[in-house]
Order: sequence, then structure tokens, then C-alpha cells
Amino acid sequence: MRFISKFEGPWSTPKDPLDVKTGEWRSQRPVTRTEKCRQCGWCFIFCPAGCIREGLHHFSADLDYCKGCGVCARVCPARAIALVREEV
Amino acid sequence: MSGIDWRGQVRVLDGNRAGAFGVLLARPDVIASYPITPQTPLLEMVYKLEAEGLFDPEMVEPEGENSAMGVLLGACAAGGRTFTASSSQGLSFMGDAYLLASGNRFPIVMAIGMREQVSPHGVLAGQQDAVLVKDHGWIQIYTESCQEILDSIIMAYRLAEDSDVLLPVNVCYEGFYLSHHSQRVVIPTQEEADRFLAPLKEMRRLTWTLDDPMVFSSYTVPPELYTEYRYKMCAAHERAKAKLDEIDTEFAKVFGRSYGGQIEEYRTEDAEFVIVTMGCSTGTAKVVVDKKREEGMKVGLVKIRMFRPSPRERLVRALSGKKAVGVIDRNVCYGWNCGHNYVELKTLLCDLKGPPPKLLDFIAGLGGADITDRHVETVIERTFAAMNDGGQEAVAWLSLE
Repeated sequence: MRFISKFEGPWSTPKDPLDVKTGEWRSQRPVTRTEKCRQCGWCFIFCPAGCIREGLHHFSADLDYCKGCGVCARVCPARAIALVREEV
Repeated sequence: MSGIDWRGQVRVLDGNRAGAFGVLLARPDVIASYPITPQTPLLEMVYKLEAEGLFDPEMVEPEGENSAMGVLLGACAAGGRTFTASSSQGLSFMGDAYLLASGNRFPIVMAIGMREQVSPHGVLAGQQDAVLVKDHGWIQIYTESCQEILDSIIMAYRLAEDSDVLLPVNVCYEGFYLSHHSQRVVIPTQEEADRFLAPLKEMRRLTWTLDDPMVFSSYTVPPELYTEYRYKMCAAHERAKAKLDEIDTEFAKVFGRSYGGQIEEYRTEDAEFVIVTMGCSTGTAKVVVDKKREEGMKVGLVKIRMFRPSPRERLVRALSGKKAVGVIDRNVCYGWNCGHNYVELKTLLCDLKGPPPKLLDFIAGLGGADITDRHVETVIERTFAAMNDGGQEAVAWLSLE
């Protein structure tokens, strides 16, 4: 029998769940127009997946985990985030 | 010394109170339970034992059964020994948390004071609540007497917390017939119980601490890993079967009582045909088997103690070579038009050595009805008749005849 987990039950270290790239579920992706971002951090606060990262001059989504729900684009007061359809 | 510290004494106790002493002797760390008839007096007794200072578990009063199990999931994850009890709709209300316990491999011990399930509404003895959750991944042990409830709760911890098993265990006893009827009960000493449970201290179990946090059951696993966890749980169920036999043998060494492990075989060795029981009707049935033996019928009895996992290897050995088998079912299996144990035994027929026996089902004791010696006599006589010339209906509803 081939086993992946060393555990007897569905348990893991805090790091293991990060191997599941939920970004693969996405059908649209948020793209930050960097010149418009005022770094207010609303997208960071509202992102239900906790995957907005703060860069030097703007916020943007970690596309490994962003599922493309679009909440960040909706709440952005500067309209700095656009949703772009993912190509298959 | 407290007036109710009856450890080491022989007392007349009903099943609920006997069970409470089993809980006391196992020294759980956390108890969270919500009262429901017929389990309530067990909980009252546990509270009394705690109030009298006989043990010191964390007692949590949840707002319902679902939260009760939720509390125990956390307590068990942190390494605690836990206990809860419920019945009927309370068990159903526990639902998803009940599944989380087995899925997460948490060795929680839970007593079920068995009661009929809605609808119709009835605070009545039965087995329908417990058999309803037979496929939820818990181990289920069904008991015959108040003594067996107490003993099985202690055994349940040895089984659940064994590192080869790590599964939650139900100790099931029929409401009213066992929960509220009093019998002679030997209450072990704390020293005996501690000695019996001592091997668990050597068993390593992963625990969740603030210094070394872990994740359980909270993330979406890929299909291969999902399948792996299902496989491992099935394998643990298989290991639990022989383990209960071993635990039963060890129990006999410490306490001087034994229940046969997965099943009990009563006068089966030279029997031509047998009846199969589960739960408290076994006591009555044994008396009738003795009587029929005196009349010259070569009848035996098989009591199913471990309903989940299925004790199928033991049953195959016990039933091979018998010419007829009569099952008493105090429950129904919707969609099969019979009782659960009838379905279970049907699946074993092709594994038996020699020609398969005639198999009859007798639905009895539903809705709090007695299973009387007359009923058992009917079961034995009809099974005997089926063995000789057939012609009996496969499923009989005794209360409706």
C-alpha cells in the first residue's frame, strides 16, 4: 500500500495544508493596477482566504491560494483591482 | 469517606448507575453530556460522584448533544480521556460531531441508553438509535446486564485508546430494561481498574499543544490522501476485533469476569441449531435455551457483543455446520424488510463451511415491548421446525401475530 501521510488520522502539521493550492480552483483572478492602489489595506482585511500580501507599493493576491471570489475588487475604494477571466 | 463510594463492594444497581461507576473507575479528564431519557440517571450519578469528591474530571454542561461532542473533540485532541452519553434524538442531534470523532480517530467513549427513534415519538426501549449509526465509524459494544455495562465501559477505554485502534467506542444498553432495572453488580476497586488501564500510559498518542500545534480535519485533502485516511480507518476497525478478544481475556485475569470478546457462544459447541441475540434479551434467551436443552433440543445461542466492526470471522466459525439460525432483532432495517442482524448474517452465509443453514428473522421488542420467554420459545421452536422441514416465513413480526 502506498501512503502519503505519516499520520494515522486526517491530521497534519500547520504547514501541510499549504501544499493544497486552492488557487487551482479559480476561474477569474484579481489584478491590481499598481498605480491606483492607495495601500489602504481593505482588500487585506476582507479577503476571506487571507491570501492578500502587502508589497512595497501595493497589495496583491497570492495566486497560489486566491480562489478568485472577487471580494477584494468589490471592496477596493480606489477601484484598483480588476478581475480577469482565467484562460483554460 | 463518602457515603456512595461503593468501589470494592457488591451493590444492587440499575444500568445507569452501574455505568456511572464504570466512568468513575476509568478516571476521565473531561465529561460533557446533555441529559435525555433514559440516559439521564447515569449523568446524575456521575455528577453526584463528582460532587462527593470521588473523582475530579472537568465537567462541562453544554447546551445540547452537538456541543457536548464538540467539547470532547477538543478535549480529546489535547490528549484528554473523555466521556459522554446520550440516547435517541440526542444522538441524532449530535450528528456531524459524532462523525468528526471517528473520522479524526479520537478515542472518545460514549454510552448509549438505547431508545426507539422518531417517528412515532416514543420514550420507549429499543435499539433503533444505536443501529442507525452503525456505519458512522464508531466501535459499538452491546451489553446484556448492568454488570456488563460497567465492565464494558472500562474495557472500552482500553480498546479506544490502544494505539493500534484509536477509534471512539459506544457502550450500548437498552433503555429501561437495563437503564432502570436493578441487578446485582460487583463494583471493582480503583486499584483493579487502574491496574487494568495502566498499559494505556505506555501508548503514545499525538496531542495538540500550544507549543506544537497541529491541524485536524480542517483542510481539503487531495483524493489520494482522502482514500488513504479511509483505508487506515477501515484497517483500524479490523484490528479492533482481535484486540477486544485480547482485552476480554485480560479483563478476566484482573476482575474474574469474561464476556467472550466480540461474541459470546452459549452451548453452541454440540448445537444443531442456534439463535442469535444482541442486548438484554440474551438473559431471557439463555434461560429458555437451558429449558429446551432439557427437553432434548440441541440448541445454542450466539450473543453479538461487538456489532461494529462486524465480528464476522468469529460468527463464521460459530455458525458453520449449524442447520438453522434464528435471529432476534429489536430493530428494523428499512429497505430490507427485516432486522439489522438478519441482513448482517445473510451476508455471511456464503462464507460458512458446509451447507448454509436456514436463516429466520424474528422482529421483537419494538416500541418498548417485552421480549418474553414465550417469544424466545417461539423463536426456538420455529427455527427447529425450519431445520427439519422448512416451511417457515423468513421474517416474522412477533408482536403483530
